[in-house]
Amino acid sequence: MPASGKDRDYQDVVLVAPVTVPYTRYSIRSAHWFVAQALSRLLKESRLMKADIDGMSLGSFMLAPDTAIGLTQHLGITVRWLDYVPLGGASGIVALRRALRAVQAGDAEVVACIGADTNHVDSFRQTLGSFSVFARDAVFPYGSGGPNASFAFLTSYYMRSCGATREDFGKLCVAQRDNALGYPHAMFKKKLTLDEYLGARLIADPIRLFDCVMPCAGAEAFLVMTRQRAEALGLAYATVRSTCERHNAFPEDPIQMRGGWVLDREHLYGAAGVEPSDIDFVQTYDDYPVMSMIQIEDLGFCKKGEGPNFIRRNSFTVDGSFPINTSGGQLSVGQAGCAAGFLGVVESIRQLTDCNLARPVPGARFAIAVGFGMITYDRGLCSGAAVLGRANA
Amino acid sequence: MIPPLVRPKLKNPILRTPLPVLPPWMRSRAALGLTAAAALGQFRLQVCGECDAVQYPPRECCHSCLSDQLRWREQSGSGELISETTVHHSQDLYFSERMPWRLGMVRLDAGPTVVVHLHGGCAPAPARVRVGARLDKSGQGVLVAFPIDEVLNMADDRQLREMTCDPKFRKVLVTDGKTGVGQAVVRNIIAAGADLVWVGYAEPWKTFAGLTELAAQPQVAMLPLDLTDSQSVKTLAAEIGGKVDILINTAELHRAHGIASRSGIEVARAEMDVNYFGLLRLAQEFGPVMRSRGADGQSSATAWVNLLSIYALSNYPRHGTFSASKAAALSLSQCLRAEMRPGAVRVINVFPGPIDDEWNQATPQPKLTPEALAKAVVRALKDGVEDVYPGDVAQEWLLRWQESPKTLERELST
Repeated sequence: MPASGKDRDYQDVVLVAPVTVPYTRYSIRSAHWFVAQALSRLLKESRLMKADIDGMSLGSFMLAPDTAIGLTQHLGITVRWLDYVPLGGASGIVALRRALRAVQAGDAEVVACIGADTNHVDSFRQTLGSFSVFARDAVFPYGSGGPNASFAFLTSYYMRSCGATREDFGKLCVAQRDNALGYPHAMFKKKLTLDEYLGARLIADPIRLFDCVMPCAGAEAFLVMTRQRAEALGLAYATVRSTCERHNAFPEDPIQMRGGWVLDREHLYGAAGVEPSDIDFVQTYDDYPVMSMIQIEDLGFCKKGEGPNFIRRNSFTVDGSFPINTSGGQLSVGQAGCAAGFLGVVESIRQLTDCNLARPVPGARFAIAVGFGMITYDRGLCSGAAVLGRANA
Repeated sequence: MIPPLVRPKLKNPILRTPLPVLPPWMRSRAALGLTAAAALGQFRLQVCGECDAVQYPPRECCHSCLSDQLRWREQSGSGELISETTVHHSQDLYFSERMPWRLGMVRLDAGPTVVVHLHGGCAPAPARVRVGARLDKSGQGVLVAFPIDEVLNMADDRQLREMTCDPKFRKVLVTDGKTGVGQAVVRNIIAAGADLVWVGYAEPWKTFAGLTELAAQPQVAMLPLDLTDSQSVKTLAAEIGGKVDILINTAELHRAHGIASRSGIEVARAEMDVNYFGLLRLAQEFGPVMRSRGADGQSSATAWVNLLSIYALSNYPRHGTFSASKAAALSLSQCLRAEMRPGAVRVINVFPGPIDDEWNQATPQPKLTPEALAKAVVRALKDGVEDVYPGDVAQEWLLRWQESPKTLERELST
């Protein structure tokens, strides 16, 4: 059922203090360390005291046996609102939605939204083998290729049915790498050429090395508070015009050629009071370039199946047409577990508050940050998005 | 096109034998239903007893109506290959050693989308395929998509051969060549492409019917083996144990009668000595070395076949002590199966009804011919199943036993 579009708006609540705990390929630290670093940076950035934080939303895969509650004692914080959102690529959008409502309702005044994960040398393999019951029963025993194999099916299917070429996906990856060159925290710091992309090592046909994100350790975080509070503190803030969240959309589709955005985009734009053409940049959830293409279609920037033509028409760089993943996206920054679900939100806040670490999108007023994730069997179950705006937009 | 399997070169004894590693074997309890069916050569999925919706992956409730009345039902497996990939990089040691690996995504006509191992004979997606279930090297059930029509060298597909125990180019030990069953097994295993068949025979100073024909076959090597003699088993294992890819234990001692019609325990003990302790002796001597060779190249150690009896499921009082010895062997074979699994060697139990031989002379027809039994053994190896019940009697008893073991017990006692 499509959303009704009659939700309460988010005018009185805002996003502040975008922070990143720099990524490393591997870390000997636990996820707890990255959560603590993120909180510490949030306090520094906002000039708040620990006691001012009375809500926390935490997305992480690697805290076990802890969950968010264990972290309150670990970090020594006393909160009156606590949420745990281990929803991978959707955790940022889901955390944001819930935190906004909590602050609006007065259940908390300042909510720290943190996505943090570590990555030990053997973490990725262990996570894959125990990710979900369905994956353990019906995916992992088949080649154990992980998400690479799952998205190889989708990429191959998409190429066949929509006429996309390797060059089309390559264009996205190359443009994002170009964007990443201006972002100090990106794991990939070298220019990527289309030839390098096309000639890279085969991982799971047609997916090659540069279609894949690099699992790493790191954290992304931001604060949610009332606009009044942010202004009183003199903090730059981004606004939220609308959001959406959908889980297990279109379960009857034989393969995931669309996500829940199709059900929710009308509401998303309607509630935001903007059109797709008003959006100045998009942070797609780019775990694989085919997902960027599907999100571009599902969010109404072009029709289903026209992604390849859309790609040929645009440049996707920060200074070009239709900028996406302005700090490089996961494909160039790295995928730090659940932090990947926060990457687009954090980068969007930076862009919309002129606190850029990456190169700015000139004159940007509106952005969409996308969340997508949780491939428990053959498709990503969660899809979400938020339309964010500049304070005065 | 599937390239035909070629005869492996003689193994260089100096080179290290790769250790067997298994594909991921962890499963939920629900998913073991797929394994249980695959072990019998069947492809079954859960079907909702209330709304008929077919479920996959296996689960605890119907995805459509939430009913918990899910029953494992045989599937035709027909469907559309909607996408495919060839994986070149795996997180798992087993698959890493066997890259590249072809996978498919199939929309079954019955509803669900399934991820499958893709047989090399399948046309590129989109294509019609037939999905079946097989046991992989870990002994767990997995789905495989096959081409609709048989293709050349079907069984030689590199991935499929990981899931079967095909005798082609393998070395086989048949533990007793004296019996009609043993000789039929030797003939059929050679016809299936076995490279070399060692045939055991106790009391080698005696001749027996069929010996000349048996020994005349170029693939056959006759070797003394007496399962009641620990030293004999040990000696043979020391000689050929490290080369046996498939062990087929055809040795059995079968005498009629139950308890009251015979005095003393000598016959029962002799039956146990071959049927139970013989298996135990073999398992202790050949089991560990076979288990260490489960990944020894194209013609690795792959299967251990036990000739049991349908009487192992429920005692047939007219052959009461024999039934008991086979029940003991069945129990032991389950232990053997658990111990061989880490070495990727499959234990196949064969449960024939009465065999048409001298010890069943007084048993009415239908009786299973040694030839039919041998064909069932070869079929089981080629399909890679765990349990096989050849013949009409065995099939019927199995159904009766599955429906109600207690009822079958009463039926057999009249």
